[in-house]
Amino acid sequence: MALTHEEVRAIAHLARLQLTDEEVERFAGQLSDVLDYAARLNEVDTSEISPTASVLPMNAPLRPDEVRPCPPRDQLLANAPDPAGGMFRVPRVLELEP
Amino acid sequence: MTDFDPVIGLEVHAELLTRSKMFCGCAVVDSTAAEPNSSVCEICSGMPGSLPVINQRAVEYALRVALALNCSIAETSVFARKNYFYPDLPKGFQITQYEFPLATDGWIEIDDPSAPVSSKRVRIRRVHLEEDTGKLVHRERHSLVDYNRSGVPLLEIVSEPDLGSADQARLYSLSLRSLLRYLEVNSGDLEKGVMRFEANVSLRPAGSVELGTRTEIKNLNSFRALSRSIEYEIDRQATLLRSGKPVAQDTLGWNEEQQITVSQRSKEEAHDYRYFPEPDLPPLHIDETWVEQIRADLPELPAVKRARFMSEYGLNAYAAGVLTAERSTAAFYEAAIESSQGTSPVKIANWLSGDLFGLLNEAGVEIDQSKVTSEALAGLVALVETGQISAASGKAVLDVLFAEGGSPESVVEKEGLAQVQDQAAIRLIVEQVLSNNPDQVSEYLAGKPALSEWFVGQIMRETRGKADPARVRTELDAALLALNDQEQSQSGR
Repeated sequence: MALTHEEVRAIAHLARLQLTDEEVERFAGQLSDVLDYAARLNEVDTSEISPTASVLPMNAPLRPDEVRPCPPRDQLLANAPDPAGGMFRVPRVLELEP
Repeated sequence: MTDFDPVIGLEVHAELLTRSKMFCGCAVVDSTAAEPNSSVCEICSGMPGSLPVINQRAVEYALRVALALNCSIAETSVFARKNYFYPDLPKGFQITQYEFPLATDGWIEIDDPSAPVSSKRVRIRRVHLEEDTGKLVHRERHSLVDYNRSGVPLLEIVSEPDLGSADQARLYSLSLRSLLRYLEVNSGDLEKGVMRFEANVSLRPAGSVELGTRTEIKNLNSFRALSRSIEYEIDRQATLLRSGKPVAQDTLGWNEEQQITVSQRSKEEAHDYRYFPEPDLPPLHIDETWVEQIRADLPELPAVKRARFMSEYGLNAYAAGVLTAERSTAAFYEAAIESSQGTSPVKIANWLSGDLFGLLNEAGVEIDQSKVTSEALAGLVALVETGQISAASGKAVLDVLFAEGGSPESVVEKEGLAQVQDQAAIRLIVEQVLSNNPDQVSEYLAGKPALSEWFVGQIMRETRGKADPARVRTELDAALLALNDQEQSQSGR
């Protein structure tokens, strides 16, 4: 299953990665190898098995609706590259705004 | 010119009124008022290595809504990751439900006064749980992010495209709001963003069954924006189609200032969310006994209550709709009937939905915070209905009750508003008014019977509205007749 360079560029864009032409070439081969490896699963006959979302033999645990204290805001913002007025400052975004 | 039928489906997002967030213990705070980022932890800010745990009450509230919407509950539903990059989404994905939602295939009856049959059934495609995103504040050169809202439990309710007009879409969303408030899972405060709408709109030639190309209007935050944007979009698409141009499938925003829809499609690509099952959450199993317990605890819902108010209290559809839109109003009304000892429920409904609502709206007060108790309203209506005070005095008493509280009887006494029933007292005032206005009396006797209304007005003014109008009329007619006889016999002499 060979991925095209276009597909690799699209995947890289979705992950917000910038790739050089050599990297696109190299990763196209590597990603195709990974997909081929995983494609071996297609050989298993699953016609009798219903789709599985999780292999854990458990149901999701539920927690009671109780409030727990949050860490102080300074701590939350400690790793923010550009905090301002208690908020995370980011480059201006507009795409989804009317 | 071709006529088109609009085909509209709505997605409604409603925040759930839990104490803590969907997947962590951070308090749910009013994101329009709280200090930014004051209720955020490592889970809802998407720190690496943190793990989500589902809030039981959020599931319970979602089940309440799903059952009230007549949905089938999935025994097992699955949370999924919806992947995209946007600064209000700290993890780079939103935990939502995709292939296996909590509930599917329901319906709600909405009230459509324009339809020949007043109720219309709108099918619900699915109801699922997800987490809300953070909030962005846009400045001139950058944006600021507040994650207080990030991770607040959010319910998505998706209708089938069963709505045929902007008005129906508005009525549907009003019905949902009313339902959510009845179920006590959402405050209904749209100005605080606790309910948001997305509308899918397409047109097809009238009578056709094939669906046209649809557009999606996102981020609608008010009923007004919802219906205005749909109306605009219907017109826009009809104009395109009539001139032979195709409608492009698109995601649109609503520009409030210009009152137009605007394309939001990113130029680079359509969204590719790459959904996959959330690896950090095992499937959600819903126990049937839990579902049945929630079902048994559901309150009487607006549509059922409305039908009951019509049959039990003789209200018309409109009045029943007004009085059942809010659970608190309906409870107030029934409490008033309960304490009324036989006063007509229709009269109580009129006073409640007319005069008291007027005062509440004007003052911006909720009915359960009003100083007018249900007993006081019932007592007031009884005083008017039994003729102890006039309707005009009744309104005056209500004003006092609304401002100060208390019982209607004490207000009537204090303000001296009791209706003058005393025949002799009324007769005295009638005679006084007639003798003070000899010119009008002459005109009346000379053949202007319409003047009797003017006399009634003068007499009512004299009694400050307290005289029983029926008795005033009887006394006035008698007095005028006597004057007439007198005149006849004088001229005959």
